Amino acid sequence: MMLAHPYHVVTPSPWPMASSIATMNFMLTTALSMHGYVPASSNLLLITFLVLVVSIVLWLKDTVIEGSYLGVHTLLVRRGFGYGFNLFVLSEVLIFAAIFWAYLHSAMNPTIELGLQWAPLDIVKVEAMELPLLNTILLLSSGATVTLSHHKWINGDYKNSTIAMFITTLLVVVFVVFQVVEYITAQFTITDGVFGSTFYAGTGLHGFHMITLILMLSTVTVRMYFRTFSRTHSTNLDTTIIYSHVLDVIWLALFVVFYVWV
Amino acid sequence: MFKNFKMITTTNHKDIAVLYFILATFAAFIGTSMSMFMRLELIHSGSVIINNHHLFNSMVSAHAIMMVFLAIMPAIIGAFGNYFLPVALGAADMAFPRLNNVSFWFLVPAVILISLSALIESGAGTGWTVYYPLSGIMSHSSVSVDLVIFGLHCTTISSLLGAINFIATAHNFTDSLFRMSLFGWAIYITAWLLLLSLPVLTVGITLLLFDRNFNTSYYEVSGGGDPILYQHLFWFFGHPEVYIMIVPAFGIVSMVLSAYSSKNVFGSVSMIYAMGSIGMLGFIVWVHHMFVVGLDTDTRAYFTSATMIIAVPTGIKIFSWLATIIGGRLRFGVPVLFALAFLVLFTAGGVTGVMLSNASVDTAFHDTYYVVAHFHYVLSLGAVFGIFTGYYYWSPLVLGLDYNKNLARMHFVLLVIGTNLTFMPMHYLGINGMPRRISDYPDSYNAWNEVATFGALLSSLSMFVFAVVVERQLTDGIRQTDQTLTPYTFSNKIPNGQIEFNTTPTPLASHMFNSPVRFMTTTI
Repeated sequence: MMLAHPYHVVTPSPWPMASSIATMNFMLTTALSMHGYVPASSNLLLITFLVLVVSIVLWLKDTVIEGSYLGVHTLLVRRGFGYGFNLFVLSEVLIFAAIFWAYLHSAMNPTIELGLQWAPLDIVKVEAMELPLLNTILLLSSGATVTLSHHKWINGDYKNSTIAMFITTLLVVVFVVFQVVEYITAQFTITDGVFGSTFYAGTGLHGFHMITLILMLSTVTVRMYFRTFSRTHSTNLDTTIIYSHVLDVIWLALFVVFYVWV
Repeated sequence: MFKNFKMITTTNHKDIAVLYFILATFAAFIGTSMSMFMRLELIHSGSVIINNHHLFNSMVSAHAIMMVFLAIMPAIIGAFGNYFLPVALGAADMAFPRLNNVSFWFLVPAVILISLSALIESGAGTGWTVYYPLSGIMSHSSVSVDLVIFGLHCTTISSLLGAINFIATAHNFTDSLFRMSLFGWAIYITAWLLLLSLPVLTVGITLLLFDRNFNTSYYEVSGGGDPILYQHLFWFFGHPEVYIMIVPAFGIVSMVLSAYSSKNVFGSVSMIYAMGSIGMLGFIVWVHHMFVVGLDTDTRAYFTSATMIIAVPTGIKIFSWLATIIGGRLRFGVPVLFALAFLVLFTAGGVTGVMLSNASVDTAFHDTYYVVAHFHYVLSLGAVFGIFTGYYYWSPLVLGLDYNKNLARMHFVLLVIGTNLTFMPMHYLGINGMPRRISDYPDSYNAWNEVATFGALLSSLSMFVFAVVVERQLTDGIRQTDQTLTPYTFSNKIPNGQIEFNTTPTPLASHMFNSPVRFMTTTI
């Protein structure tokens, strides 16, 4: 089909409406179950969440098909994806900036209720040079392997690139598992004053993003294995690499401010 | 398969813009009705029609959230931005059409959640700011505040995705942003403001949700938290938010004044820089909303000075508009009436803003009706007049049908008299110390409150006149030929707005090329 412009004019899609209504159901169920309108034993929360996941998955399926099989993701469309994803990452950085703001607001001026010190009186903090340091090393290693994978991919060494991406995925999985271990063994909880609250807000939000990153990395690994993108057409790979690097940098900031500096 | 459900599955930016406008009109009528209840309650001292004072507070919250997030933003950014940014760029569509659709569809849950929050249990009497100790579980134990938080999450997702879409569209569809018209620039700058401010709001209200339901203490004083943190996070978003609402109106007014004066906007590059610097300064002045929370004098001195600096680029814009009018031959079309009213009334609101920016003066003005008068002058008489300017300027192009000019003039006269009668007395009430968000007042404030309520009745009457204008336009409007499309309408490069014909060899089956009238009346 000859087109007068290089952009992708998308056909009608039901997934935007489906995912927004699913989100509304999820939010309503969450709010109502928090106040006892919906019994805690009901599976409504799980069901509404699954509907949301299904909507998103079907949406992404459409996108992948358009890019990989219909060939409508031209160079300019991919450039647009790059802009869009980078802007999304910028908004994520601002979310973390706000969490850091909340943390530093109390950390730099601990109130009398905290014993005028940070970490607060009687809080047994997580030792920075133990598990968190190992996690930092793991995450930086995953940054190295993901760069290795990227360079191998650009140079056409698909097999080693896929292996490097698989190793990256494993490293991030190990990171998340260690983070869970840290949460289990930590001596304070999210309800232990503003220190516990902001600590788990920062590290927990990062951990949530790492779980998302695992999903992205494993998707990319599978797609690399089946070669559904090429050397020049690999938006999914590029965005995942950017995301993993940004989350690495945010972790470094978290490590310094939330663990070392305490 | 999905063509039969075009209304809900569309990915065309023009269809989505029309959906945005329908939703904004719906929300605006809900918000107006709530403001009418409040004004009727305030017509005399004592309880007039609302016996439950908490209900009054719930209406304050729902009115503000409806108007800010679900009426003004969808109309001025969602509708006009979606329709005209791609046209101004000469683009085929937005960069991410499906994302564009989900931006609209996240507003529908938002309307439902915000309406539910006012209806369920006793409603959220927190105001749109949802300040912490009042919005905490001890003060508002019902689910209403949680629904407000989730509703705000929905509008945030909507606006954030929309902002990403606008910026990516602007960069991806043109090699130089300076080929855009001033309206394109206004939407572009607004999108940056949204992108950088909304994540902070999300964090602020999510932490509030945790404090309410999961026993955390981000803001809870007994756990070492600080309610002031919530105010910081909220207003770091909240101040850019007011520019998000007004900057697109700047763009619309620039286009209209330029087109109807038959000349280019005076100093269009300086207009762009003025909008950009208003946007940037908007991020470093947020504490002027919190002058009386007990911050130290140095902080207040800085934020007073920084706030006043915003008057400089705003003044550049006002004088450039005046210079645009003066050099040309102004035709007094309906959009120009609204644009001129915007100029006068927005300037009045700006002047009271400079008054309020003084930390020392603000100690007296804080939480009085003076503040209410100020922000209604810049938003209700600024942004809303901008929306009407845009509607009367562009609706013949969008719908292909012209409106009845006399009815439109009647709408204008009623709206100007009504809103000024409503909000001008609020200045006097505020200087005399009448506190806002309270449903009762001493008898000595009776007279001006009666005037204000009479004005509110007139302005709600003008809403019905507007409804008649739209109804006449849609049912038997004169078919519009191209005369509103001056060369200045979108950009100097592209004379015709129906750009899709130029970008595809054949019309696409699922896309709408001409008018939403066809889109709403026929099934394809």
